[in-house]
Amino acid sequence: MEAALSNNAVNPQVLSIARQQRVLDRVFKYSTQFFALSVLLTLLGIIASLIFNAAPALSKFGFGFFTTVEWDIINGEFGGLIAIYGTVITSVIALLIAVPLSFGIAVFLTEMCPQALKRPLGTAVEILAAVPSIIYGMFGLFIFAPLFAKYIQPVLAGTFGQIPGLGIFFSGAFNGIGILCAGLILAMMVLPFIASVMRDVFEIVPPVLKESAYGIGCTTWEVVKNVVLPYTKTGVIGGIMLGLGRALGETMAVTFVIGNAHKISPSLFAPGNSIASTLANEFGEAEVGLHYSSLFALGLALFVITFVVLTLAKIMLMRMEANQGAKT
Amino acid sequence: MSTRDPSLFAKRKRANAIGLTFSITAMLIGMAFLLWILAILLWNGFSAISPSLFFASTPAPGTDGGGLANAIVGSLMMVFFCAFFSTPIGILAGIYLSEYGENNKFSEVTRFVTDIMLSAPSIVIGLFVYAIIVYNVKHFSGWAGTVALSLIAIPVVVRTTENMLKLVPTTLREAAFALGAPKWKVSMSVVLRAAKSGVITGVLLAIARVSGETAPLLFTALNNQFFSTNMNAPMANLPVVIFQFAMSPYDNWVSLAWGGALLITFTVLGLNILARVLLREKVSV
Amino acid sequence: MTTTMKSMFHSDINQSSAGEGHIAHSTDTTAVNALEIKNLNFFYGSFQGLKNINLNILERRVTAFIGPSGCGKSTLLRTLNRMYDLYPGQRAEGEINFYGENILEKGKDVNLLRSRIGMVFQKPTPFPMSIYENIAFGVRLYERLSKAEMDERVEWALNKAALWTEAKDKLNQSGLSLSGGQQQRLCIARGVAVKPSILLLDEPTSALDPISTAKIEELINELKKDYTIAIVTHNMQQAARVSDFTAYMYLGELIEYGKTDQIFIKPAKKETEDYITGRFG
Repeated sequence: MEAALSNNAVNPQVLSIARQQRVLDRVFKYSTQFFALSVLLTLLGIIASLIFNAAPALSKFGFGFFTTVEWDIINGEFGGLIAIYGTVITSVIALLIAVPLSFGIAVFLTEMCPQALKRPLGTAVEILAAVPSIIYGMFGLFIFAPLFAKYIQPVLAGTFGQIPGLGIFFSGAFNGIGILCAGLILAMMVLPFIASVMRDVFEIVPPVLKESAYGIGCTTWEVVKNVVLPYTKTGVIGGIMLGLGRALGETMAVTFVIGNAHKISPSLFAPGNSIASTLANEFGEAEVGLHYSSLFALGLALFVITFVVLTLAKIMLMRMEANQGAKT
Repeated sequence: MSTRDPSLFAKRKRANAIGLTFSITAMLIGMAFLLWILAILLWNGFSAISPSLFFASTPAPGTDGGGLANAIVGSLMMVFFCAFFSTPIGILAGIYLSEYGENNKFSEVTRFVTDIMLSAPSIVIGLFVYAIIVYNVKHFSGWAGTVALSLIAIPVVVRTTENMLKLVPTTLREAAFALGAPKWKVSMSVVLRAAKSGVITGVLLAIARVSGETAPLLFTALNNQFFSTNMNAPMANLPVVIFQFAMSPYDNWVSLAWGGALLITFTVLGLNILARVLLREKVSV
Repeated sequence: MTTTMKSMFHSDINQSSAGEGHIAHSTDTTAVNALEIKNLNFFYGSFQGLKNINLNILERRVTAFIGPSGCGKSTLLRTLNRMYDLYPGQRAEGEINFYGENILEKGKDVNLLRSRIGMVFQKPTPFPMSIYENIAFGVRLYERLSKAEMDERVEWALNKAALWTEAKDKLNQSGLSLSGGQQQRLCIARGVAVKPSILLLDEPTSALDPISTAKIEELINELKKDYTIAIVTHNMQQAARVSDFTAYMYLGELIEYGKTDQIFIKPAKKETEDYITGRFG
């Protein structure tokens, strides 16, 4: 008769090891959870800190601060509209240029590119997105702005500027740097980023859908317009909003070429300021007081705007994910 | 007797040609800009490359010559410490989200917030760190700069770690559990190990990202004209030096700015390419 | 088996079936039950995957579970080492006595349990470590061995899995460098190294080529001298070849259970006969 394999009598050393492991398991779970919590806490900390430091300015000027055109450091009168205007208009210009171009690049990479070139060109686009923004700033200041002043501004003034009603947007001296220049440099910065996201989104379309369209004789462009775009609509919008979020918060690419002027003027050739450029230029020397607090108020405005845009972008991308059961 | 309308087809063909030409043009424009910017960088920065760039410190306003030694060392130190802190924090947080965070609200919110922080304006992060550290200790410091950089790097590491860990097949986890391994050992010794190259890629990408960041350092580490390794005082760093020097009227300062820009760009691009090569090896297994 | 022996066993085997509550047993009264499954019900959320299973698994025997896809055989196997615990929403009710202790009891140390009831999966899953480390990993969890002792254990385990000669010169190479069949034998060595009482095999050869399959079936025959083995397989011929007892399951219920020869030569239930003769599934 064989001896039973019963080993209910477990080695006590093994039992104590098992007990240790249970404790370690709990420790591990709580420490990893704590670190995950830290990201959340950072966000809350940022919001709290911004509100706290912006409070003096906001209590003096009220919420009208954000709609006031004023930035008088000497007399202590501040309003956020100049900077907000600069931030928004440069980002809008950037997107107007970058979105169509990104779309073209994404279409090229997914529908037209020869297989051998797909990966290197795709990588090249991603690499462009990794170039630090200060490089774009320097490029803008030293290379692009002078060329812009010499060749492009006159052309713009000569063509669009002659159309009645549009003239005001292209008026003023051809200095190169200014709102439009900043918008163009920002476009260059955001372009590879949006192109990458769009390309990723286009690649999710199941080949069988595209093939059935090609199969009935659709041209490439028609497949893109009627199959790819509708399928990826929410993802594309999400990608654009991600790009917008980046553009709004961009500091260096804009600070070099926006001109650092505290005024709003209708001309796109005029210098101006964005929230980020104001902060970059003035925070270092701001005395604690209204100037300091107003700068924090600008920071708060920027954070809130960016947060809203990025949240919308995330929701869009998540919705696309959910509908197609794929990941971006 | 065909009902086909040749002019309709011609119109469609034309639309297609226009659309595709536009796409190719867009691609060419994009590539042209990439090459233009890199060419400009090489052209202007190359003349600044010399031994003195690496061994001499930043020159005082108006003086000749000089280099970027203090800025290079300062950047290296801050990025190093940033990586030192962000890597464990980010990886452990990523482990939590991947291994413990399946169905709970807390994880969903954390993931959402992490994604937002990935694209948050870095200048606001600089403001925040100024308000909580620099303002309270009453001086700028390399440590404040490190903290600001870490706040940018951590979300990157968390997200890539979580994504890489999630790629590890469940059967591998089950096989480890089946031997009686406790969860922490399964996570660290088996799952993390299986995702090793992907996780390292994430860390490299985070380092590449913070190496080029200027805004968060403007109000935290500030800058230092002299060579110093004291992290508890204002610290020289490449991005802020470039910012100050580029907009200055001094020729040698501008030249040094280009040299610094070249250094940063090639470091960032090099790290990106390295990360991609690593990831490709992992995926092809 | 000869007809005389067949008839000898036939009259002594009770069939168990859902609801009747009969427990299967053999005439060999000296054999001990390694596992006694009593009134086991299993739920995936609100879907019931196992319905009132009653079954005894004898030690040092090979018990096979067969049935069409979705019949619950893998589900049943995975309750035996509480693998389902990893997934919220899955739960088991009833009793599973492992040498007298109920493993479904609240508060049981599940990790410890799993070191005593091992499992090998369908797809070979070597850890991203060297061959040596793959085997040492499990052992190190609960035992403190010196280097010499560990070397011995690794060699012993690889021998038990008939992998020693092929692996002995590449112990430091990654487990992933082995072929599919070798990887599966590595997983078996890994499971055996921690000296469990029971080995659960979940379709261990379905991802392997015929030669590796044959090697592993040989292995099972050897291993049963020291271990209790429960094997899930969708390959009926395999069940007939390697097992001593076979359980036929369908839609979460245990339809018939008995000695393998009995089940395959003269099954008591028509459903069993239909499945075995390939009339469905």
